[in-house]
Amino acid sequence: MSRLPSLRGARRRSVARNNALALAILLVLAAPAFAQSALPPARYAYAQLEDPRQEAEARALMETLRCLVCQGQSIADSDADMAGDMRALVRERVAAGERPEAIRNWLVDRYGAWVSYKPPVEPLTWPLWAAPVILVALGLWLARGRFRRKPR
Amino acid sequence: MKRLFLWLPLAVFLVFLVTVAIGLRRPAETEIRSRMIGKFMPDFALEPAVAGHPPLAAADLRAGKPRLVNVFASWCVPCKAEAPQLMALKRRGVPIDGVAIRDRSEDVARFLVEWGDPFERIGADPASRVQFALGSSGVPETFVVDGKGVIRHQHIGDIRPENVPEILAAFEAAK
Repeated sequence: MSRLPSLRGARRRSVARNNALALAILLVLAAPAFAQSALPPARYAYAQLEDPRQEAEARALMETLRCLVCQGQSIADSDADMAGDMRALVRERVAAGERPEAIRNWLVDRYGAWVSYKPPVEPLTWPLWAAPVILVALGLWLARGRFRRKPR
Repeated sequence: MKRLFLWLPLAVFLVFLVTVAIGLRRPAETEIRSRMIGKFMPDFALEPAVAGHPPLAAADLRAGKPRLVNVFASWCVPCKAEAPQLMALKRRGVPIDGVAIRDRSEDVARFLVEWGDPFERIGADPASRVQFALGSSGVPETFVVDGKGVIRHQHIGDIRPENVPEILAAFEAAK
């Protein structure tokens, strides 16, 4: 930054400040990124399957599987190496004729229901599935009371 | 009775608020434990990761004696941090095998020269397949496998000096 002889004092300082700012922004962006390997992505990490029906199946599954290292994203949305490898795993298994739900179960067996964005019906998630039904029933019951009172 | 009923929505709302407040104070769970603990090592046979070390297969992990399987990578910074602890475990007589995730053999070789080589066998897992089969969600992770090939213990993240006793204990318990 100091090697800019043609620039005059104030301008030079401002350029230096801008560069420092850019560097700071880059550092902030770079710091939380997880380490990535030097290997190129797996074949089916970024390539679609040849059969569009299979690709659609794989895609639908990938959108409901959680990326293990990024945690807030599905593997379809993440650029992490591990998400790429998981996409390759999903695509290869779909191409081999495996049912998407079998692939999901294979992953759930290893990582728990956490890896799936599709909550299973089990005692712990039972309220989650029952709540809409209960709330609609409650609403109907309340509405019925209102309608009944109207005619005087 | 009716009066009590009127307060019910407020009570429900307060319960909701308390639940949210507790949830906010508790950090989000970021460690995903493998569900494979207590189960047999999944079947695999990896290619060698680096010259001078035989490759790793599931059959090598049911040879009658417990072993450690360290899932690592040369590009992983915490793997460098745990290297001294792995060397200490090796000195204590713990056999350690490695699974190198998405790695090139020249990088693995450099990593071992630079940070020490505690491994007997090292298998290359270029597409993270064994990692997924193990239920491992990152590098580094360390598994204790007993002599029959059953996974007994999982350590997530780098092994700090204070973690060495618990890993030794898990290793002894797997005998």
